[in-house]
Amino acid sequence: MISAGIDVGSKNIKVVILDGDKIIGKAIQTGSDDQEKSIEETLNSAVKDAKIERSAIEKIATTGIGRKVFKEADYVITDVTAGGRGIFECDNAVRTGIDVGAEESKAIKVNQVGKVTDSAVNEKCAAGSGSFVESMARALGIDMKAFAELALSSDAKIPMNAQCAVFAESEVVSLIAQNTPQKDISKAVHDSIASRVSSMVRRVKLEPRIAIFGGLAYNPGFVSAFKKNLEIEDIFIPEEPLFVSALGAALLAQEKKEG
Amino acid sequence: MIANYGYMDGSGEYYITIDTDKCAECEGKMCIAACPKGLFVPIEDDYGEDVVEIDSGKVKELKYQCMDCKPTEKPPLPCISACTPGALKHSW
Ligand code: SF4
Ligand code: SF4
Repeated sequence: MISAGIDVGSKNIKVVILDGDKIIGKAIQTGSDDQEKSIEETLNSAVKDAKIERSAIEKIATTGIGRKVFKEADYVITDVTAGGRGIFECDNAVRTGIDVGAEESKAIKVNQVGKVTDSAVNEKCAAGSGSFVESMARALGIDMKAFAELALSSDAKIPMNAQCAVFAESEVVSLIAQNTPQKDISKAVHDSIASRVSSMVRRVKLEPRIAIFGGLAYNPGFVSAFKKNLEIEDIFIPEEPLFVSALGAALLAQEKKEG
Repeated sequence: MIANYGYMDGSGEYYITIDTDKCAECEGKMCIAACPKGLFVPIEDDYGEDVVEIDSGKVKELKYQCMDCKPTEKPPLPCISACTPGALKHSW
């Protein structure tokens, strides 16, 4: 069966098209004010990538924060279930998946068949998510990638106390004013996000193998700080961390029973 | 599934934990009527089970929503007493 999974995130829309369990097409696009139109466009790009007709898609499942926007969906699946199914597909040994997105982070525990057994969602924590790193990199006038890598070259331990992104930002501004080296500021930012995400993750009892996906999985500064914080060495990062939930949704669209 | 709903801020961690496997077996779903703030909402979860979740619009305000029920030393919370299957926990 050909199915599509659409993950409507707070920043990007991701689409995965599956033929059975094989990925035949995918696409990603930044969302806009007209979410429905952006979803249409992303889906059509993925259809093109898959070299199929749109009508060949038999089932569509949506997930993500904007999952209810797309009216053509056959199934609407929560982020937790889709993320859990997706990360389990990437590596069957994974028992704890941590999804760190632009606005929200989640810890998802799955059992030996990929069903979610335990979950925690960190609401309201802009200071514990991807968009915070981006705005801090902007404050320093460095691009995201360079900012993330800078953290790796610092041993400094500068505590950031703010619990809210607005106050954290002002702490960064004062670090800049004190001529703190950029690498140390980068480390402080990543350490603070990692500690926030870790404390949420500890709500579920961590069970190896542990995986990180979502946008921050691409960020080596975060991954390194996160490993240190949780005192774990082995963290699995899938090849395409941004597409994990869309993949999970596409799989679940096939696995759902009619009726 | 053990579902944790909530957040942390400068003053602490505010999570309500629901063992939804128990909800799936729970006939009365008495938590819904017991909570004066209407925090518990019945849903069909992604696995087709009838469970409850915390109203998504209120998750970010748990500390304040539950404030009236939680003066210190007042014995069991309405939600906890109503939930005879023992599916509920508060982190604070
Ligand atoms: S009363 Fe308890 S077990 Fe029943 S639905 Fe509510 S939380 Fe679940
Ligand atoms: S403490 Fe009160 S307001 Fe909070 S969930 Fe329980 S019954 Fe509802």
